[in-house]
Amino acid sequence: MITVGRGRGRWRVGALLALPLTWLIVIYLLPLGLLFATAFASVDDFTGAVDWRFTLDNVTRLFTDPAYLRTTARTLGVAAAVTTLCAALAIPVSIFVARAVPARLRPLVIALLITPLWASYLVKVYAWRTMLNPGSGVVEWFLGGSPGFGWTAVVLTLTYLWLPYMILPVYVGISTIPESLLDASADLGAGAWRTFRSVVLPIIGPAVAAGSIFTFSLSLGDYITVQLVGGTSQMMGNVVYQSFSTNLPFAAAMAGLSVAIMIAYLLGMRRLGALDNL
Amino acid sequence: MPVNVDLVPNYADIIESLKNQPWNSVDGVTYGIPHGRGANLLLYNAEAFPTPPDSWAAMWESDSDQAGKISPYDDAIYIADAAVYLMATQPDLGITNPYALDQTQFDAAIALLGQQKPLVGEYWGDFTKQASGLASGAITQAQGWQLTANFANADSEVVGTVKPKEGATGWSDTWMVAKDTEHINCAYKWLDHVASPKVQAQIAEYFGEAPANAKACDLTANPDHCDVYHATEEDFWTDVWYWTTPETACLDGREDIECVPYSQWVDAWTSLRSS
Repeated sequence: MITVGRGRGRWRVGALLALPLTWLIVIYLLPLGLLFATAFASVDDFTGAVDWRFTLDNVTRLFTDPAYLRTTARTLGVAAAVTTLCAALAIPVSIFVARAVPARLRPLVIALLITPLWASYLVKVYAWRTMLNPGSGVVEWFLGGSPGFGWTAVVLTLTYLWLPYMILPVYVGISTIPESLLDASADLGAGAWRTFRSVVLPIIGPAVAAGSIFTFSLSLGDYITVQLVGGTSQMMGNVVYQSFSTNLPFAAAMAGLSVAIMIAYLLGMRRLGALDNL
Repeated sequence: MPVNVDLVPNYADIIESLKNQPWNSVDGVTYGIPHGRGANLLLYNAEAFPTPPDSWAAMWESDSDQAGKISPYDDAIYIADAAVYLMATQPDLGITNPYALDQTQFDAAIALLGQQKPLVGEYWGDFTKQASGLASGAITQAQGWQLTANFANADSEVVGTVKPKEGATGWSDTWMVAKDTEHINCAYKWLDHVASPKVQAQIAEYFGEAPANAKACDLTANPDHCDVYHATEEDFWTDVWYWTTPETACLDGREDIECVPYSQWVDAWTSLRSS
């Protein structure tokens, strides 16, 4: 029998937990708490320093200034569009790799699909900037026109950047479906589309939800891609970037809002089973 | 902390008009040694404009024929550029200093920036990115630096610069000494070193600005450096408004009204960029 919580055992468990708990509290929870607290602080007009007088102004401004409401809505729209596109691309690609590619080639194909993750983020975004450049980019040569710099370019670039994060969980989800289930579905007279909708999709739902946590959160927090290919567009991260040196409390309020959105999103995805296999 | 200029021998050669200005002194007490200056010029694609433009109008007016191809500076201080244009085009507003805007004047500047926004191709933060846009013709007119044009023109002359008739904003940098500095003698040695003609010449060429020490002009590697940057042409600088931090107490001396402080400039700019 192992008994913990007594004598030397208790000391050992304590020692074992001390490091991760310290990490969690000091490096993660404490700063997050400070971030939320800062959102309710004031700022000195002349020096721009944080002044710890309580105010609701920053939070109120986020929810009353139409400019920030639109920024939040547009950022959510971008994150949703990127997530939808990633799922729409990852599902057929994963089915193809899991069912059509010979088993011995699968590791190679998967490795190729995730190679973009090995290149620097900035190199990839600058590459898209060059390709989408109106008038001289490669996209214009091939298609005769370019969407130019704006929201389309932002969604396109972010989808390219985060696609591997969707492919990995979806591929794992699809490869765990036993062949017998698909055979049974066919035996019962279901066509390919019916099998996909009624058998495959319910099984890989949690995997798509898990992948969407990456694509959604990474898009929600991005502010560099939109600076490079977004033209004059701005996302929530740009507001934080513009405010943090002169109005830290307002930057904290905006950052806090994206944390709140992410918590809500995680809770929603947990209901879909995304976190069951952690 | 205040700087005792008697301990900085090279201070004597600093251009007179840069000394004891609002951004480097308080109540007549010197707080720093001027370092260098530059104007935020109108940069243009030379192919699109065989005749150089002489006004900021194409960057501000809603009927601009350069719509979608202009590039303003991506910073709250750019509100002052709107104010400079308003000083020339709407004298009724009574703006005498683009960094001293009361609420009415400030609102007019923000409205002008709102009018400009649909014309903007890209706001710029990285001058190399702006230079490539200007060189390719994706950007035809921009607010920017002489340095940016030099960078774009490394191979051939593709970008021109002009200070438009309405005037321009600009910067004048200053070396200061932090409060409670431990090694004060070392700090003064540095102030004198960095203000010396040879060092001034090297920095001015490397950074792309007009040196503050007039004697540096004889020592630059490119003998035309000071001419290109108008280092000693006092007439050039009379309508260049150096960046200054706006405060509630109006910098133009008005006492019957409050001015909009810089923190609100930043808020308004962030809101404008997000709208």
